Amino acid sequence: MEEIKTGVYICHCGLNIAGTVDVEEVARYAGTLPNVVVARDYRYMCSDPGQALIKDDIKNLGLNRVVVASCSPRMHEPTFRRACQDAGLNPYLYEQANIREHCSWVHDDRQIATEKAKDLVRAAVRRVFYNEPLEIKERPLNPNVLVVGGGIAGIQAALDIANGEHRVYLVEKDPSIGGHMAQLDRTFPTLDCSECILTPKMTEVGQHPFITLLAYSEIEEVLGSVGNFKVRVRKKARYVDEEKCTGCGVCEEKCPWKVDSEFEMGLGKRGVIYIPFAQAIPNVATIDKERCAYFLKGKCRACEKFCDASAIDFEQEDEIVELEVGSIILTTGYDLFDAGRITQYGYGRYDNVLTGLEFERMTCAGGPTGGKIFLKDGRQPESVAIIHCVGSRDENYHEYCSRVCCMYALKYAHLIKELTKAEVYQMYIDMRCFGEGFEEFYRRVCDEGVNFIRGKVAKVTDVALTEGEQGKLIAIAEDTLLGEIVRVPVDMVILCPALEARSDAENVAKLFTINRRADGFFMEKHVKLDPVATATDGVFIAGCCEGPKDIPDTVAQASAAAAKALSVISRGRIVIEPTIAEVNEALCQACGRCEEICDFHAPKVISKDGVRVSSVDAALCKGCGACAVVCPTGAMSIRHSTREQINGMVEALLEV
Amino acid sequence: MAEFEPKIIAFACNWCTYAAADIAGTSRIHYPANVRIVRVMCSGMVDPIYVLKAFEMGADGVLVAGCHGIDCHYLNGPVKCDAMFEKLKRVVNTLGLEDERLRREMISTSESPIFAQVIEEMVEQLKKVGPSPFKVKMEALA
Repeated sequence: MEEIKTGVYICHCGLNIAGTVDVEEVARYAGTLPNVVVARDYRYMCSDPGQALIKDDIKNLGLNRVVVASCSPRMHEPTFRRACQDAGLNPYLYEQANIREHCSWVHDDRQIATEKAKDLVRAAVRRVFYNEPLEIKERPLNPNVLVVGGGIAGIQAALDIANGEHRVYLVEKDPSIGGHMAQLDRTFPTLDCSECILTPKMTEVGQHPFITLLAYSEIEEVLGSVGNFKVRVRKKARYVDEEKCTGCGVCEEKCPWKVDSEFEMGLGKRGVIYIPFAQAIPNVATIDKERCAYFLKGKCRACEKFCDASAIDFEQEDEIVELEVGSIILTTGYDLFDAGRITQYGYGRYDNVLTGLEFERMTCAGGPTGGKIFLKDGRQPESVAIIHCVGSRDENYHEYCSRVCCMYALKYAHLIKELTKAEVYQMYIDMRCFGEGFEEFYRRVCDEGVNFIRGKVAKVTDVALTEGEQGKLIAIAEDTLLGEIVRVPVDMVILCPALEARSDAENVAKLFTINRRADGFFMEKHVKLDPVATATDGVFIAGCCEGPKDIPDTVAQASAAAAKALSVISRGRIVIEPTIAEVNEALCQACGRCEEICDFHAPKVISKDGVRVSSVDAALCKGCGACAVVCPTGAMSIRHSTREQINGMVEALLEV
Repeated sequence: MAEFEPKIIAFACNWCTYAAADIAGTSRIHYPANVRIVRVMCSGMVDPIYVLKAFEMGADGVLVAGCHGIDCHYLNGPVKCDAMFEKLKRVVNTLGLEDERLRREMISTSESPIFAQVIEEMVEQLKKVGPSPFKVKMEALA
């Protein structure tokens, strides 16, 4: 082993250190420590002449370790590491003793402070003895991006990246992109038509030369790490040749079997072979295999007979597509809370209790009722109650606020007033109208004569107590402003269900090795300062999969995630920090505890030449050291925070 | 005879408690000079071996301090540290060391006064408890 030659430099920092610590005494003492060949003190080590002292000594005295005792390493460690590097010494062979923040600034007594400074210098000299040269590595990256989920968030992110002329694979599990936004009628508070602003973007996705759209497809496996992910996608069989299908819709017309349309929230019907909605992208038909008479009973094939393009293919099979991408954006959206779970609201039991999304389809001009508001019996309602916070802000279901319901409830009130003569009752806990133009819209709806009752609805019932309640649904609540129980008889009740995490969010989180919050939504890396990144480098999140939000926030977040993905791409390579976990394979027993404890999924037990050992993915490891603590054999260690380095410091600090 | 001055080793996570001690310096918040800080990247990185090594070497007290759960740079380091610490406490008790000698704290960057306060408390308590029995034994052997 080469002889260790350490240079120690004690900084005066003007009088900041020298005023309290006898720096000359510390330098003299440092010169007596093992392996120290030179020890100097200087007024300002961070100054150019100060750094020159170090560089000259490295060159002239052949130093292979350097210690500076000065301010906090959080301040000038990069400065002195660079000085070492400039003189040809690996920057990780440098160590800093913090004798300013942790010593001269917090103690008065010169003798005590000087003794402490000596201890800190001794510990740094001991630690640097065990330091090893480390290399920052780089590896090439794949510039392609995978976007998972084709709602407005995924559409926006895909377009932002593709417009930068990078390849985007957009994977959507449903037959068409568009997501929930395609189902909405008008958007608050501007009341512009949702489809009108969404469909041009959908068309752009469909035609973009840099976007490969994989609709009706699901992710099966994700391997690798930032810069180099390998993704396996199952493209489900539509039993229709996408290349041949013209989207004419004749097959759906001729299909003798009609079922409830998911897009129309069950208010309308679709064929068993169907195009989910008129502006679907891709505009091709899909056979619902579970309900197709041919697949169930072996005969029918009506669609095949009428298809001029000969696009129907009953023999079609699922196709496996392997993708290679460098970063991933998850925009998997939300589910709506099942309003039937709150049985006292009578959803599913009373005909005229609807959810918000069902009502959206009703008011949509292109929807199943042609934009007319009807009760089940065909009458127009004379009174409507809108119940807020169904499953939100409720400790029995979700404690969080779903953020969009107050505003769309106001929109419904406005539309009901516009389309009917009905009385409208908003039954709310608090009105939360915080966005651009929201408060103004709230005022406008107030002025339109909508009734606001501040109280959480306890129950919806059809048991009338008075003549006026006969044949009505009665929403019962405590009006907390009046302090009394109110009974509001209405013809129609609209429930505003919570936005909740997708039912498959747990599986998706596992697939992409990201974490979820207690509320089930995907967790960001830092709630304030890194809101679209995740614990896994190169995997970003945007839109409602991260938590309930409205369209403007979703689009902003999608663009933020796109910018993050683009910043990974534009660097052109992946930089791998050297201060991460390392496995001593000779000691490893492949117990897998490292794999269990790691939040970043960096260590994995693999089979290497027939021997099972743990292996660390350098691009995933953050160097936190949890794996080294639980490793029972000492096989796992963290570079630059090794047992020798830390125990060495502890020993040096206590041995006098 | 001079008053007993306990020696304390503080393992401080780079992102929170080490930074809090830095800011204590910048703000000139004074505290007893009995503590020596060892910088670690995460409180979850503190191996029980380090703590036992400190006691073996005659430390009178050891502090393991890092971020609060929500601030963790590595997501869940404090939770892992807590799990380690619970086991460590039992080991330290078995060795016959008093509870006051081992302390776990969560001190964020903004809590430098708390850092100073914790050191003051530890020094005060350790002065009452007296020198580490290990140190006494070692000195007797020497």
